[in-house]
Amino acid sequence: MSTVLPVLKADDFTSDQDIRWCPGCGDYSILAQMKKVLPEIGVPPEKTVFISGIGCSSRFPYYVNTYGIHSIHGRAPAVATGLKLTRPDLSVWVITGDGDSLSIGGNHFIHLLRRNVDLNIVMFNNRIYGLTKGQYSPTSVEGQITKSTPMGVVDHPINPISLAVGAEATFIARSVDSNIKHLASTLKRAAAHKGTSFVEVYQNCNVFNDGAFSYAQDKATRDDTTIELEHGKPMIFGKNKDRGLRLNGLSVEIVNLEDGKVKEDDLLFHDEKATSTLVYMLSRLRRPDFPEPIGVFRDVITETFEEAVLGQIKESIEQRGRGNLQKLFNSGETWKVGA
Amino acid sequence: MPTEASSPSISKEIKTVSGITVRLCGDSGDGMQLLGTQLTNTSALAGNDIATFPDFPAEIRAPRGTRAGVSGFQVQFASHEVHTPGDSLDALVAMNPAALVTNLADLVKGGLLIVNEDSFEDKDLKLAKLKVNPLDEPAMENYRLVKVPMTKLTKLAVAEFGMSTKEADRSKNFFAMGLVYWLYGRNMDATLRFIHGKFGEGKSVVAQANEKALRAGWAFGETIEALGTSYQVDAATVLKPGTYRNIIGNQAMAWGLLAAAQRSGKEVFYASYPITPASDILHELCKFKNFGVCTFQAEDEIAAMCSAIGASYGGQMAVTTSSGPGIALKTEAMGLALMLELPLLVIDVQRGGPSTGLPTKTEQSDLMQVMFGRNGEAPLPVLAAQSPADCFEIVQEAWMLATQLMLPVIVLSDGFIANGSEPWLIPDVSKLTPIPIVHPTESNNPDGAFMPYKRNELLARPWAIPGTEGLMHRVGGLEKEDGTGNISYDPDNHQKMVQIRAQKVANAAKLLPPQQVIGPQSGELLVLSWGGTYGSCLTAVQKAQEQGLSVALAHIRHLNPFPSNLGEIISRYHQVLIPELNMGQLRTLIRSRYLVDAVGYNKIKGKPFTVTELLEKITEMARTGNRIAQRTAS
Repeated sequence: MSTVLPVLKADDFTSDQDIRWCPGCGDYSILAQMKKVLPEIGVPPEKTVFISGIGCSSRFPYYVNTYGIHSIHGRAPAVATGLKLTRPDLSVWVITGDGDSLSIGGNHFIHLLRRNVDLNIVMFNNRIYGLTKGQYSPTSVEGQITKSTPMGVVDHPINPISLAVGAEATFIARSVDSNIKHLASTLKRAAAHKGTSFVEVYQNCNVFNDGAFSYAQDKATRDDTTIELEHGKPMIFGKNKDRGLRLNGLSVEIVNLEDGKVKEDDLLFHDEKATSTLVYMLSRLRRPDFPEPIGVFRDVITETFEEAVLGQIKESIEQRGRGNLQKLFNSGETWKVGA
Repeated sequence: MPTEASSPSISKEIKTVSGITVRLCGDSGDGMQLLGTQLTNTSALAGNDIATFPDFPAEIRAPRGTRAGVSGFQVQFASHEVHTPGDSLDALVAMNPAALVTNLADLVKGGLLIVNEDSFEDKDLKLAKLKVNPLDEPAMENYRLVKVPMTKLTKLAVAEFGMSTKEADRSKNFFAMGLVYWLYGRNMDATLRFIHGKFGEGKSVVAQANEKALRAGWAFGETIEALGTSYQVDAATVLKPGTYRNIIGNQAMAWGLLAAAQRSGKEVFYASYPITPASDILHELCKFKNFGVCTFQAEDEIAAMCSAIGASYGGQMAVTTSSGPGIALKTEAMGLALMLELPLLVIDVQRGGPSTGLPTKTEQSDLMQVMFGRNGEAPLPVLAAQSPADCFEIVQEAWMLATQLMLPVIVLSDGFIANGSEPWLIPDVSKLTPIPIVHPTESNNPDGAFMPYKRNELLARPWAIPGTEGLMHRVGGLEKEDGTGNISYDPDNHQKMVQIRAQKVANAAKLLPPQQVIGPQSGELLVLSWGGTYGSCLTAVQKAQEQGLSVALAHIRHLNPFPSNLGEIISRYHQVLIPELNMGQLRTLIRSRYLVDAVGYNKIKGKPFTVTELLEKITEMARTGNRIAQRTAS
């Protein structure tokens, strides 16, 4: 007997709640792409859990018809770790922002990545605190004028990808809210990866930090200001595919491909399985000196946290047999008091 | 295995006494805790009732020989029922001058004082900041001082094994142990089994040396003239019949969690961050992976709490433990758990505060923190264990409440009962009753979306877990509409939800037994106590009753909500005394709740109450009350 599996549609993942993001917010696009890829991933809504912290992005779970927890500021990775350790059968997504995951939740973020819990964490990076109305965030750029920095930000910003490399994340990617095809394929890649998948999404906050990523969003400029990483392919960018990245000693340099003096083979080739050195180097490429890489920086497989933890439990039961309370209580030195 | 008779007979006079309190103290590296644990187990095996009090510094190895590095272990063993480790010492074993001067005040006049005289040289005195040798002080005449060259004798005893001086010196605590065992006619079997189990069977030099030192200590007691009498403490006949073992508070807590999990058909998910004095629960539980226990040492206290929330949402029995400073960090997440209305346990093994405070010392100063230390109107049930063995019971009660009411429950323990031990009547596991848990599989709202906050008669919401088709729902920290769980900023709904959450906690009283009173059901003085002071308060109240005073004890295990009959009980006595190891936290609660002019007896020294000081206060209040009553009558 065969059962016909129902085909999931985006609507199956749409909750009945009104969306309360500002009109024009980049979050809408991310939500739309997520709802588009969820049916393609094929995990049914009841086996999917979205967990978020606090911030504009963290309202996300209310808008998808799955299980979900809107937790507290910065702690979604910890909540998700507890869930995944007890319910490895579930597909778990952590939705967070730059303030949520890199400021108040920085500690949980790095520990989630280094443990390699099998879940996906999508960080909406808008370089600003939106929900609290416009203070600077840990990814705000130096000199940025915000409500709490009238003379400009003096903090040196965190580079989320570099941090993820430092924490030895096994899957690291970056995409852009308005680049919907790229975003959808990146989310799918993240879901497919076993282990913690970290996706940074450049997300426009059109109210408090409008245009922060316009260079990467505008079709007119994005081919020159970003470079799409593709595994096994040479690193070429530019509207006319006329520039490339080449390694010079331990530095990356831009070379012109137009005159034919530099061959494709001389360029840097992307390798998602490479050691963290290459990934780190790529994470440091920043405007205006370099195009900023988008796509999958790293995708390697190591044992997941829950496999290791639950593996020890399984091994212990195999070796010692299922624990018996009465035996435990009566173990060691006991004595009898007569009736 | 040893073939020699493990405990040769004693040829000297044997005097039978009903109870003994002895303290063993030395450097924190001298193995005093090990010595104390062995004496405790051996006494328990002899059928004595026991109560123990390990007391050690926060530093792992404070500089050798200094007062800061003194570690002690006190045990009372008796043929009658004991509830405290004892106020004053019948015998004190001091391994160095620092240990002697910091502990001597607790030794009764005429008490036995055994010292390692090899460690009273000039350099030792200097380390203890002493100008004169305390052994030469006239005050020593108040005690039966026995100077034993333990270092030299141990070295001689183990000479055949060719160990270095340093190695040989490590067996010195076993020499002291042998001497103490002789003194109290203790059987050496259990300790010999321990030595060979821990240090290696048969040919292990360390095991052989330790056994040799133990036997040498025993032989020394049998030989020297300074010790004329050996004491015998008969088995206690007051204990309920059954099979017993010795149990430590933190161990009982861990075992109670295993029992609660089995009773509810769950497995334990235990998340914590190391903190004194709670870490031993983690150490204990991580041994039980074959019970399906998943222990998670989180990156911090907050992550421990939050991962417990995630596990609970997933349908598992989630537990986190800490002490005061860690509970402070978990506070926000505890509020979230309360808001999500998920069952989980938060165990607070209290220590001296505020801030880092006194990590290894006991105190009851987190009551207000767990009652009120959350933003918003955020009540949670609070239970407190009264003794080491009670940790086993209370944690199961807490899990029952958590699951029947769907909320986090706080369990209080403290450093005194966490590290202390007592005999424990081993329960018959087959007689443990189930804790029923239902995860719905069908919607409670056939006409529309599943209602995650639709409540039952106790106001508990359904525990629907991910993976269940059709019951998808989102929970969060924002205020939610009752029933649907949708975000709601409606003023009336908020008031309703605040009241529901408060009523849910109040409903716990319906699931818990009423308060019991020990002693007269009405009269002059009611002593109200809670937590780890039970043993001292009970003993003091019993002594007062023996003196004919009208005194009763109500020891509260359920602090929020209070037992339903507590107010009525309080009204039956003229006076109320609330002894606490804090500045009067329960007293504040009782006064505001029942409008009673309760009197406090408060001690904040990082130490448990002595029976003597409590009895003094009880006697004073009961007698004054009687005089006033007589005056009013005449």
